Amino acid sequence: MSVPMIRLDNVEKVYRTDRIETVALSGVNLDIEEGEFVSIMGPSGCGKSTLMHLMGLLDAPSKGTISLGGAAVTDASDKALARLRNESIGFVFQSFHLIPDLSVLDNVEIPLLYRKAGASERRKAAEAALERVGLSARKHHFPSQLSGGQQQRVAIARAIVGKPRVLLADEPTGNLDSQMGDEIMAILQDLNTREKTTLVMVTHDPRQAEKTARTIRMFDGRRVN
Amino acid sequence: MANAIAPRIPAQAGIQLKEKSMLINYLKLSLKILGRRKFFTFVSLFGIGFTLLVLTLAAAILDHIFSSYPPETRGDRTLVVDNVRMQGKDSMSTGPGGYALYDRYMRGIPGVERMSILSQPETVISYWKGARLKSLIKRTDADFFRILDFEFIEGGPFGEADVSEARFVAVINETTRAKFFGAGPALGQAIEADGQTFKVVGVVPDVPIFRLMATGDIYVPTTTAKSDEYKARLRGGFFALFLLRDKGAVESVQQEFKVRLGKIDLPPQFDRIYAVPETFFASFARLFIGDFQAEDAGGRLLAILLTAAALFMILPAVNLVNLNVSRALERASEIGVRRAFGASASDLLLQFLFENVVLSVVGGLLALVSSAALLALLNRSDLVPYAHFSLNWRIAAWGFAFALAFGVISGVWPAWRLSRLTPIQALAGGVK
Ligand SMILES: Nc1ncnc2c1ncn2[C@@H]1O[C@H](COP(=O)(O)OP(=O)(O)OP(=O)(O)O)[C@@H](O)[C@H]1O
Ligand SMILES: [Mg+2]
Repeated sequence: MSVPMIRLDNVEKVYRTDRIETVALSGVNLDIEEGEFVSIMGPSGCGKSTLMHLMGLLDAPSKGTISLGGAAVTDASDKALARLRNESIGFVFQSFHLIPDLSVLDNVEIPLLYRKAGASERRKAAEAALERVGLSARKHHFPSQLSGGQQQRVAIARAIVGKPRVLLADEPTGNLDSQMGDEIMAILQDLNTREKTTLVMVTHDPRQAEKTARTIRMFDGRRVN
Repeated sequence: MANAIAPRIPAQAGIQLKEKSMLINYLKLSLKILGRRKFFTFVSLFGIGFTLLVLTLAAAILDHIFSSYPPETRGDRTLVVDNVRMQGKDSMSTGPGGYALYDRYMRGIPGVERMSILSQPETVISYWKGARLKSLIKRTDADFFRILDFEFIEGGPFGEADVSEARFVAVINETTRAKFFGAGPALGQAIEADGQTFKVVGVVPDVPIFRLMATGDIYVPTTTAKSDEYKARLRGGFFALFLLRDKGAVESVQQEFKVRLGKIDLPPQFDRIYAVPETFFASFARLFIGDFQAEDAGGRLLAILLTAAALFMILPAVNLVNLNVSRALERASEIGVRRAFGASASDLLLQFLFENVVLSVVGGLLALVSSAALLALLNRSDLVPYAHFSLNWRIAAWGFAFALAFGVISGVWPAWRLSRLTPIQALAGGVK
């Protein structure tokens, strides 16, 4: 195979607070190939979200290097990182992180705001993304007016609206009942097979993990397989 | 770094929008957020607007009171004596000086080009065509109209001969002309005041009441007074105006004035007399501070006014900064989200800049409109007779610039700090 889409090389992440040091990740090596659908599993607190954040260029590793498409991003400028996040990566946060002051539609449009897209073009794309997660009827609501599962679907719509090559989803089905969870999984599988989107998903649900091509297991900040 | 992953939809491709529409995006975004945060928006607008309102109002009023305009166009070389104090062991007498003080002792001070003795404005009643009219009368001399610079609407001032012959002539202001004669001209007509009849020789514009020397409704020769008693008094009823040959002579004239005070034969119950010729501003200031012996009343009033203005500006500024900073911190997670989806630090800087500029501009406009309205209301009301306040654009512009600077710095700086963090740090509330 050619260069991996995502490569982590001996990555370590240490959180330092006033007195305590938490080693969230240590010595993690990982390759994710283009077009793969990978799931990540492991007990709570083992570093799954931390790993996702690093792959999404949302946080900086304490040690080691991260490469996207063969190029190390460790020393990339703010502008370059912003552009990668905007053009190439879609992220679904475990705790959604919707902006409470903006409507559902405006929240979904956010990634497009930082592309030079026109207002009507943005609107159309956001409406299509909401349609895809089955939330068209709620587009003028505010996040506080939605259930947890609905907020999660908005977060997914926002992650896919820009048609990223890589989609990183941190427990995208965690707040959904099994039927809704299956629907979201179907959307993700569709993105992966039809649009060749590289997909990494954290899940606690072995049933969903089975639907992915490969499962990475984590324990206490380390890969165990 | 080049983007190693070729994006499906590169940010820079697609429809290339002009910078102008990017700015419109930011404007729309800030209006959206401000509209959603109504309480904060209201508090901010109120803070900015109210501060600027009071500042511009105060500036307009002070400007109207102190700036040099007709008839006080020679204010820089005119000195005023409006208050005299005589003191003895057991007695004290304070108030306007007497005619004799000026007439007998103060004529011919070197450096003085002209001197005028004028009475305090006094209320007089006229019975006119069945109506009872109230006016302020001022008894004065010919030099009064040479020191002050009235723009005569009709006729002209009375002269030396009118005063020495005690002719019953009068200069009246516009309002008085309207009260007595309606719209028509007044020149040569007779008016009655306090039982005396005067022939109108001139009409002048109204002078606001706080221009204490120049204000009045009817100006007549001093010699038309009903009794001669005033001529012998050292205290009571009169002010003096001194027009200096040049403004450098202030101190020497004050010195000579003091020397001459020392030579006055005081009534037996008094042993000292105080009075200082000073500028219009200083004499007003003395009235204001209420300290008769203050050395530099003008300077003190100025200091008081500036301190008040500074305090007045600082308190809301600190408040505004506080509000803005805490709001920006509160929005740490919004900043984190935007960063996570591709906003660069400069994108966020622009967004917060726009929000704060919009707030400041709207607040400034509100202040401008409401202070213009309030001034118009003040002018129309009879609260301050003959006042004509107008907006001081320079002060308004300065106030606005300060509000803008404070608002923008306090709103943008914390946002900029937050946008330097990684998205996850910002999402965690800005803790590193
Ligand atoms: N901002 C932070 N500061 C300090 N410690 C942190 C921070 N974020 C995470 N940690 C710690 O790092 C470790 C890994 O956390 P992480 O969120 O990656 O776990 P996780 O595997 O996603 O857990 P879960 O399944 O509950 O979501 C935990 O021990 C956590 O307490
Ligand atoms: Mg997690």
